[in-house]
Amino acid sequence: MNKAATHPRDPDARRRATALVVAIIVLWPLLVVAQFNPAVLFDAKNLSTMGTFLRGFVPPEMSAEFLGYVARATLETLAIATTGITLAFFVAVPLALAVTRSLSVSRIGPGPGYWRGTVLRAAVRSLLTILRGVPELVWALVFVRVFGLGPAAAVLALAITYGGMLGKVYAEILESTDTLPARALLESGSRQGVALLYGLLPNAAPEIVSYTVYRWECAIRASVMMGFVGAGGLGQLMDQAMKLLRGGEVVTILVVFLLLVQLADAISARLRKQLA
Amino acid sequence: MRNEPKAFHLCLSCALTLFVLASLIVASFGYLHLGLERLLSAAAIADMRNFIASFFPPDISIRFVQKIAYGVVETLAISAVGTLLAMMLGLVLALPASGRYGRALRAATRLVLNLLRSIPELVWAVLMVLAAGLGPFAGTLALGMHTSGVLGRLFAESLENAPEEPSESLRQSGATRSFAFLYGTLPGVLPQFIAYTLYRWEMNIRMAAILGFVGAGGLGQILYYELSLLHQPQACSVIIAMLLLTLAVDLISAKVRKGLGRAYG
Repeated sequence: MNKAATHPRDPDARRRATALVVAIIVLWPLLVVAQFNPAVLFDAKNLSTMGTFLRGFVPPEMSAEFLGYVARATLETLAIATTGITLAFFVAVPLALAVTRSLSVSRIGPGPGYWRGTVLRAAVRSLLTILRGVPELVWALVFVRVFGLGPAAAVLALAITYGGMLGKVYAEILESTDTLPARALLESGSRQGVALLYGLLPNAAPEIVSYTVYRWECAIRASVMMGFVGAGGLGQLMDQAMKLLRGGEVVTILVVFLLLVQLADAISARLRKQLA
Repeated sequence: MRNEPKAFHLCLSCALTLFVLASLIVASFGYLHLGLERLLSAAAIADMRNFIASFFPPDISIRFVQKIAYGVVETLAISAVGTLLAMMLGLVLALPASGRYGRALRAATRLVLNLLRSIPELVWAVLMVLAAGLGPFAGTLALGMHTSGVLGRLFAESLENAPEEPSESLRQSGATRSFAFLYGTLPGVLPQFIAYTLYRWEMNIRMAAILGFVGAGGLGQILYYELSLLHQPQACSVIIAMLLLTLAVDLISAKVRKGLGRAYG
């Protein structure tokens, strides 16, 4: 047997080689811009900082005083997420109803107000996009400068960003569910509120509830993150511990955070099952 | 009339749950002492109006726009390189996590993947700033760590669900294990891997824009810097750039998803 038979040529070899070369040409500037340089990880100064920090991880900080702080911060995080979602709900509902096409009377037939309705919906839709387009962490960073350090900034940031997200998704749910009942009600002359309550919500409510609860779960994670810019809760505590290189405290807070996320996951799964 | 239409039907335990929820919401408002009535007072609203007004008009001088443009490029580079790192590390971890090298190794790598995944990007970023210093490289590493946990798990699941026949037949006709994997298993799961990676890249672009708040480069670092110096018009431009970046990513990803068809989800 000759060599060619034992090692058949890859029929795709040329294409693969070209793809590889193109990939390297594209990747190179990206690596430069990202200042990709693994050597800094082994820089003596960085290694010693990280070493001290990591050595501090054991034992975790378990003093009663510190655990008290952690417990209070955890409650604060939960309260931020809950109030944030509640305010977001009140922001989202009117906006969602304004953009829901399946509740629009003017769309049903030729009549006055068709263009006004279309323009209004487009305007509210872009407002929703702007609200959710800026991440909550940015709002939190800005609001901390108005309201000072603490939970108020985080709550308002959640109300804005999550209001935008909930509004968009509520409208999508109300439009993707069976819209014929609502249409029939509107055509026979009932008011929009009635069409919503009797035509759309019976079908759409489980999904709406389930999405809201899911967002609450996300809000817990988000409120921890917002603590890193000074907006209270577990995140702020973790940020302080990291800045002071207190490894033991960081580990304790991380463990509490992981437990909190697990717990929120379980609660939200249960709630969704019961309410849906 | 038995078929009277009902808007809502509430069971007892649902009503109880709702009651508990409502009281928890009230308790949360009470716990935080937000002082919303204070925030809504005339003086506070006037303060707020002045503060918002100080952001306008945004700074669109050529020099600052150039700075923002570089910030956008840096954000894209951080997200792209971070996602690529994550794809490679995720693939390396997915092989043992899909149970190819025995049960013990499967459990161990799954634990590692869970740990990587459950620590949020921002926490990784703070850690990586300690390990690699301020700058975009820290952000890249942070995204890489978190995303490799996510991708590793998804990859491992695709590998476990992939049909065994193609690689099995290659093995039986004498191919080595790695060849059987490369030509029997990988072609089947690759579209899914790419779909997951693109999806995470999209999320990572948004994340890379804000990791800079803890010093990990990109647009976020510019915003943090300008806000710290009370340069509101500049901060406003950066926020607008972030908004446009998010919208562009949403739009492009929707178009690409449509173009690629169902296999790429």
